[in-house]
Amino acid sequence: MATDEAPRANEFGPPSPERREFLTRLSIGLSAVIGAVIGLPIVGFLLAPLFQRPEEAWRPVEPVSDLEAFRIGETVQVTILDPSPLAWAGLAARTSVWLRREAPREFKAFAVNCTHLGCPVRWLADARLFMCPCHGGVFYEDGRVAAGPPQEPLVQYPVRVQDGVVQILAGASPLVSE
Amino acid sequence: MMGLLKRLWAVFDDRTGTSKLFGGALSHPVPNTTGWVGWSYALGSAVLFAFILQVVTGIALATAYIPSTANAFDSLVFITEQATAGRLLRGMHNFGATAMVVLVGLHMAQTFLVGAYKYPREANWLTGSVLLLLTMALSFTGQLLRWDQIAYWSVFVLAQQVARTPLIGTELTQLVLAGNTVNGATLSRFYAFHVFFIPALVFAFLALHLWLVLHHGVSEPPEAGRPVDPKTYRAWYHNFVERTGVPFWPDAAWRDVVFSLGVLAAVVALAVIVGPPHLEQPPDPTILEAYPRPDWYFVWIFAALALIPPAFEDLVILGAPLALGALLFLLPFVANKGERAPQRRPWAIAVVLLAVMMIGTLYVAGERAPWSPEFAAPPLPAQLLGPDPPPVVARGAVLYNQKGCEACHNIGGYGGAYGPELTEAGERLTREQLIIRILNGGEGMPAYAGKLTAEELEALVAFLESREGTEVGARERR
Repeated sequence: MATDEAPRANEFGPPSPERREFLTRLSIGLSAVIGAVIGLPIVGFLLAPLFQRPEEAWRPVEPVSDLEAFRIGETVQVTILDPSPLAWAGLAARTSVWLRREAPREFKAFAVNCTHLGCPVRWLADARLFMCPCHGGVFYEDGRVAAGPPQEPLVQYPVRVQDGVVQILAGASPLVSE
Repeated sequence: MMGLLKRLWAVFDDRTGTSKLFGGALSHPVPNTTGWVGWSYALGSAVLFAFILQVVTGIALATAYIPSTANAFDSLVFITEQATAGRLLRGMHNFGATAMVVLVGLHMAQTFLVGAYKYPREANWLTGSVLLLLTMALSFTGQLLRWDQIAYWSVFVLAQQVARTPLIGTELTQLVLAGNTVNGATLSRFYAFHVFFIPALVFAFLALHLWLVLHHGVSEPPEAGRPVDPKTYRAWYHNFVERTGVPFWPDAAWRDVVFSLGVLAAVVALAVIVGPPHLEQPPDPTILEAYPRPDWYFVWIFAALALIPPAFEDLVILGAPLALGALLFLLPFVANKGERAPQRRPWAIAVVLLAVMMIGTLYVAGERAPWSPEFAAPPLPAQLLGPDPPPVVARGAVLYNQKGCEACHNIGGYGGAYGPELTEAGERLTREQLIIRILNGGEGMPAYAGKLTAEELEALVAFLESREGTEVGARERR
């Protein structure tokens, strides 16, 4: 009966414990190499947003960017295009901004995101207040906190007027970090 | 005929080893339970069933869903309104998620109450805790895939919370948004996590969780005065389950099947009657008339975020999940022996009651959301002012609406609930107090100094002074 025979050593003699130890280490080591070769590019791919240079670009405000379209003292909602929108971004490539002409050549542009948790604040023209629908945060017309949970004023974007066109410096989302 | 089938099965089983693979799991002895105790053992398998339901309906939906920020919303409209059975499948996926969250909660509460996490089943509890966190991650990412206006702003809400992390807040936010803004890459990343990454982890931990159930055996119903002693428990359990247990299939499994069918019936009924979540406005950042709020499972957290004092906000947003997570994972290390019966562990009952009460009250508060301004509050109806109000009072009533007072204050059932009700403001406050309050504002109220002309202030105060509540109250005061 073949099964009753003890396993026969091959011509190189019986596998020694050292050889077993070596083969174990070799297999584990090579598996680690396989994992690293596959894993590194994937991890890099997933972490890619960390290595992105923060991009900024002056964008004309939309739908109308003509300086003379804005009345002094009036706060209006405009949108700007992201600095580098992806082709499939659709509406997500746009950002809303509250824009007010303060003086003939002076504008203020407020991020719509409440500094509490990022919900979009609305402008109450008669009360001259920004109010947040989520947790009742309120801001004065200059962006200072008026009431509610927010602790920081509304974030402002840089604005400029060039050749009669109102432009906003589009960049990272206005999130208030520690 | 039956003979032929039996022979075929015998050959198939011989060549594939099927019954060797599953036989042990099917025939392993489990405690012989009856009544509601027996049914409580079906909760875990019901979670498994809900997860499988999510995988199957999710795969079907994925054949039509387009994970691009430009098209996702339209593809959902197509699935809901045109695709055959699309509305049903979306509804089933939605209520399947609800079922999974509810059942995970019940399964966990039950495991905790009967002390089933104690020796030697600590790892069952730990893998289950990981599965709980993964379930929450699935439900949140799934809600974002709806990619309507609410989902769009929810991403900001998430990002703003992540941004509060000390030191690495900005970097974490970049990872969550897949960039510096909500952009084309944001949704495809959430999609990949929702359909591949997190489910893969769920499968892995489920396999481990189920293996552990087989490895340690299903815990027996607790009995007061029969504490778990790690020295003797294994031998005792082995003897107990061999002597009094029944094979899992079909003695216990039939309840799992019936329970799962019940879950399915509820999910399908809700999907047909209530239907999938309403698609709000498209994710258009230019539409700011938005009221972002999470699906029901996270409403209580949303409420907590409104109610915590600002000074403790970062502590709570970042610390509370860490503390709760730590408690969850430390539990089997600090309390893995002793009594299992709930009647001998009153603190366990107290913890569950406390958790239910906390989540319940926060949920109710979140549904009412009194802190949310009522932007659309209509001008006060004329009958509130009574017949022939003085012109200055009528003018004040108009200003009260225009200047945003009504968004947060209530008079006679009209307006928001953030600030104090003003139906009887004239009785409660003197003219001077009213003026001071309006001009200086307060904790939750903007200061209106500089926002009102002298004439406007006069009219507002006159209007508020005229608010004397009920006829009775007004007469008494006179």
